[in-house]
Amino acid sequence: MAFKGAIVVDTEKCKGCGVCVANCPTQTIALAKKVNSKGYPYCYMEFPDKCTGCSNCAVVCPDSVITVYRVKI
Amino acid sequence: MDVKDIINPENFVYGKSKVLTDTVMHYCPGCSHGVVHKLLAEVIEEMDIQDKTIGVSPVGCAVFAYKYIDIDWQQAAHGRAPALATATKRLYPDKYVVAYQGDGDLASIGTAEIIHACNRGENIVVIFINNAIYGMTGGQMAPTTLIDMKTATTPYGRSVELNGHPLKITELIAQLEGTCFVTRQAVHTPAGARRTKRAIRKAFENSAQKKGTSLIEVVSTCNSNWKMSPVQANEWMVENMFPFYPLGDLKDR
Amino acid sequence: MAEKLLKKGNEAIALAAIRYGADGYFGYPITPQSEVMETLMEEMPWETTGMVVLQAESETSSINMLYGGACCGKKVMTSSSSPGISLMCEGISYMAGAELPCLVVNVIRGGPGLGTIQPGQSDYFQAVKGGGHGDYKVIVLAPASVQEMYDFVGLSFDLAFKYRTPVMILSDGAIGQMMEKVELREPVRRLTDEEIAEKYGHWATVGKQPHRKGNIISSLSLEAWEMEAINLRLQEKYKKIKENEVRYETLLCEDAEYLLVAFGSSARICENTVELAREKGIKLGLLRPITLFPFPEKPIQDLLPQLKGVMSVELNAGQMVEDVKLAVNGKVPVEFYGRMGGSIFSPQEVFTAFSEKFNL
Repeated sequence: MAFKGAIVVDTEKCKGCGVCVANCPTQTIALAKKVNSKGYPYCYMEFPDKCTGCSNCAVVCPDSVITVYRVKI
Repeated sequence: MDVKDIINPENFVYGKSKVLTDTVMHYCPGCSHGVVHKLLAEVIEEMDIQDKTIGVSPVGCAVFAYKYIDIDWQQAAHGRAPALATATKRLYPDKYVVAYQGDGDLASIGTAEIIHACNRGENIVVIFINNAIYGMTGGQMAPTTLIDMKTATTPYGRSVELNGHPLKITELIAQLEGTCFVTRQAVHTPAGARRTKRAIRKAFENSAQKKGTSLIEVVSTCNSNWKMSPVQANEWMVENMFPFYPLGDLKDR
Repeated sequence: MAEKLLKKGNEAIALAAIRYGADGYFGYPITPQSEVMETLMEEMPWETTGMVVLQAESETSSINMLYGGACCGKKVMTSSSSPGISLMCEGISYMAGAELPCLVVNVIRGGPGLGTIQPGQSDYFQAVKGGGHGDYKVIVLAPASVQEMYDFVGLSFDLAFKYRTPVMILSDGAIGQMMEKVELREPVRRLTDEEIAEKYGHWATVGKQPHRKGNIISSLSLEAWEMEAINLRLQEKYKKIKENEVRYETLLCEDAEYLLVAFGSSARICENTVELAREKGIKLGLLRPITLFPFPEKPIQDLLPQLKGVMSVELNAGQMVEDVKLAVNGKVPVEFYGRMGGSIFSPQEVFTAFSEKFNL
């Protein structure tokens, strides 16, 4: 069974620690070139097609800024 | 399928726990505290015990835990969280009491309180964050600081001659008859975080079953005071902390 | 008829704790007050009222157990003696800062340091001026009999909850160890958890209820303006306590030309000194502060027009005399007589000192 996923990032609360990037098994996530109002580069789906909705990024996120959605395909 | 179509409430699989408040945590980017707070909140939410759980926050970075986890909290004096938790649990035996402490709090100034609470077998949950340094005060040596590790008070590295040995307090606590579950975990990976959450859940269940004290050490990072990026700090922890503080259950009965 | 027993002061504290509906006692052995916990353990109140009694690993731990228990809206208490109270001062400061009710009994022994196990009153400053860090006060009650040891336990809990503040019973080795008749009062039932949630659930950590935010008990405030606001509120509370809670007793003050001021065991000795003076035709009276904070300033000031002199009599090097001087404010001479380190004066000794100081 295959899954397709997507994440929504609360970009204002993201601190750009990059732990999600390091833990994404499909290299979907990257830190943005832009920063939020606190000056942190926030995480986003650089390659949305790769996301499987595994939740790993959200599980290790210290600031709980990632919400994960997933569908079976 | 388009991203827009996936982002739909019915496809929701994981998000912020309802037991977490909306307050932005003061922790540095990548700090392990945030992950452990989240896991604790998730356990409280899943067990549906928000109205029955009383938290005791320490002195140290986690002093403000009360701003982030939406339960009733007591803010203890430095090292004394187990004493507060003892009285709270004795006076409310049917509630859940969780003491959240760092390494300076639990393993240095509060050594007597944690040892005796565990030895009495208080039916409490203790979460022990060990990042081998004092975070809040700016990176001084902790009892758990590794040999040769540089801190603000060991600028040339911790030496046995000057500072003694790093304290494996969790091993010590596992020896005490009053403890039922003593484990060492880490939250730098999804698997580690999930294991830590299962440990926290087990600790709360032990408390309900009055089996004794459960202590979960979480080997953690302090990237700011270690002077590394969050990802580098996680790697450093794996390479240097884990050999001295090996992960796994020390006791489970 | 109320039950009357012959009991030590320390035992009376323990019996009173159970009968006034205390929820928890947390303590650590130290002479000369160990009978408090020993009596509680003998009585086993957990079998009757459900009161928790626990021997802690230290006084530091005891006071922090009180902190936890008080956070829960429960009636909690400890007892100790001077060196132990020094260890507790950090916790008392936290509880004053976090506005928590509790009772701390200090059965004073002579100091400083490990000192001696004989009685003294050398912890007056520590009790009434703070003891720990920060601008705080605790209500201090000074019993002079075994009956007052008993009665002040109930009074302390009432005041502690009325003002949400720690209350201290400042006793000494003499009152703690001596045996006297004590009349047991009508027992007060412990509150149930539901009653506590109802009464104190708006601030106490009884478990977060869905209709409210989580209760947070803390003495921390990193914002200077916020910390100042908390301090101003505390000072306002102490002002109210000063206005409403002054307690004292007088002996032959109506016509007195000279006044002794003494508390606790010193006051008992001074009662006989007053008698000695009266036999010699000297119009001496005694004012016994029952509350040391708030100090009975006004009652002393009210007597000043008729007085030629005041002498503070204490089992220390002269501590309360400073508060007496503040009250008298230079209007009449204020003298001091005291003995230290566990030594006790006789009524005659006090009278001799008094006569010499005022050339009578």
